[in-house]
Amino acid sequence: HQVLRIVPQSDEELQKVQELQDLEHLQLDFWLAPRGLGLPIDIRVPFPSLQAVKAHLEASGVSYSIMIEDVQALLDEEQTEMLRSSRQLPLNTNTFNYKAYHTIDEIYNFMDMLVAENPNLVSKLEIGRSTENRPLYVLKFSTGGTNRPAIWIDTGIHSREWVTQASGVWFAKKIVQDHVNNKGVASILETMDIFLEIITNPDGFAFTQTTNRMWRKTRSKNSGSLCIGVDPNRNWDAGFGEAGASGNPCTETYHGPYPNSEPEVKSIVDFVKSHGNIKAFISIHSYSQLLLYPYGYTDTPVPDQQELDEVSAKAVAALSSLHGTKYKYGSIITTIYRASGATVDWTYNQGIKYSFTFELRDTGRYGFLLPAKQIVPTAEETWLALKVIMKHARDNVY
Amino acid sequence: DIDDVGHKYYLELELEDVLDKDRTVNCTAEVLYHLGSQTSAPDVQVTVQGELRSTEEADKEFYTHIRSLEKELVAENIPDSHGNVPPELEPIHLLAWVASGYVIWQNSTENTKFHLAQVKHVKQVKRSDEDLQFDYVVLLHDMVSQEVLPWEVTLLWHPQRGARVSRCQAAGAGD
Repeated sequence: HQVLRIVPQSDEELQKVQELQDLEHLQLDFWLAPRGLGLPIDIRVPFPSLQAVKAHLEASGVSYSIMIEDVQALLDEEQTEMLRSSRQLPLNTNTFNYKAYHTIDEIYNFMDMLVAENPNLVSKLEIGRSTENRPLYVLKFSTGGTNRPAIWIDTGIHSREWVTQASGVWFAKKIVQDHVNNKGVASILETMDIFLEIITNPDGFAFTQTTNRMWRKTRSKNSGSLCIGVDPNRNWDAGFGEAGASGNPCTETYHGPYPNSEPEVKSIVDFVKSHGNIKAFISIHSYSQLLLYPYGYTDTPVPDQQELDEVSAKAVAALSSLHGTKYKYGSIITTIYRASGATVDWTYNQGIKYSFTFELRDTGRYGFLLPAKQIVPTAEETWLALKVIMKHARDNVY
Repeated sequence: DIDDVGHKYYLELELEDVLDKDRTVNCTAEVLYHLGSQTSAPDVQVTVQGELRSTEEADKEFYTHIRSLEKELVAENIPDSHGNVPPELEPIHLLAWVASGYVIWQNSTENTKFHLAQVKHVKQVKRSDEDLQFDYVVLLHDMVSQEVLPWEVTLLWHPQRGARVSRCQAAGAGD
């Protein structure tokens, strides 16, 4: 539909337009009715009548202009805008609501805003695509240098653990704030880069929002089975397929057909290998309130067991200091259960000494359904623990 | 280890009142996991040292309220995806914990660790006797296998007589 404007300059012109009003079959909608000479007449003309109306006007020498070329397009835009303002889409990362859970699109939008507001510090990398072809984005925080020693943090690898993605968003903003205010991790950023993958399993995350809030795995199809998905924390090449993972595609700890079968995992593996200078790797899960270091696939302690244990003790103490939240710590196998093919077992074996996994709040009262009002307290206390690990990595070069 | 019987655990526990965080009560418990038995619940003996807070008034209020409903109460997804529980459904949520506690006890071994993940569905069923009846579908999360499985549980409750599970089965299982 188009909207035409006619400004009649003579009685004849005025009459010609008024004639149009009588032609009911044209289904004209007069937004501004004829009032007199020199006064505009606006007519919404449905598409099927456009040719006829224009022909009528042109034949009589009545000039007109096209005020609105496409009414539907305007309606669509308005609809979007209305939805936006009813959800109060944030205009910048200062108006973003950190106290609520967000959709994938809202988080992707947040990332873009963060980069746009801080182009000298933050950039967005696409390290791959998920099974359902969603982009796998990593935020890079860097003050310069070339391939500086780096810290990696990922959240949301298990999609139902919503407090982790929400905390990742908070961490991203915190890093920027510290840098701007020259406190906290600003000193770490002088010599190291930080990589943060907030939505590590976007297909799973989308599924928890549309269909099943309790979905954990990826969304890949398993050949020979109706069951979907692989546990991305059993798919790494460390003790792959051994006790501590399931070979049954219908279970939550299915390890997948072979190591790195999942693009969500492979993309990180490729990134870590090609970067070659990652010094600390932290993978964040919920729930149970634990700080864990390798191994999960064997009860042989890691060579650096004592140091990792000491760092864990310090990190947990820092975490508790804020809100009194109690954490336990230790190796995966002694603290939680045997698990094979786990992320940090692989990263440790790659030579990344400071490899840790967190299990955030709570201990089971709400579990995966942690109330949104606990997001910020959880992120704040976890950040203190992360800082202990990051500072230790900076001060203990290897 | 008790030869030919199973494994017995002696526990000293501190109970914290979820609704009154400063209130704690100590208790001791003995738990016996039967040898080799996948179908028998562990034996549990508990001794509470001290008093539990009286909830007589709140119980009465809740009981009267539910009995006065014209239409049977029905609700789903407690808490919701964002962890919210509407205040009026909080007692229903708490009773779901009780019901789940029974199911968890009946299905626990030394290799399970269950929590109530969510109340998927609850339906009140009016009875001719004085008990309240709630038919729940609860999701139980097992930390060890990471499975989240639905269970159907029927809970009866009365302010003086307390809570009893009258029926429970894994959802989808035949009657």
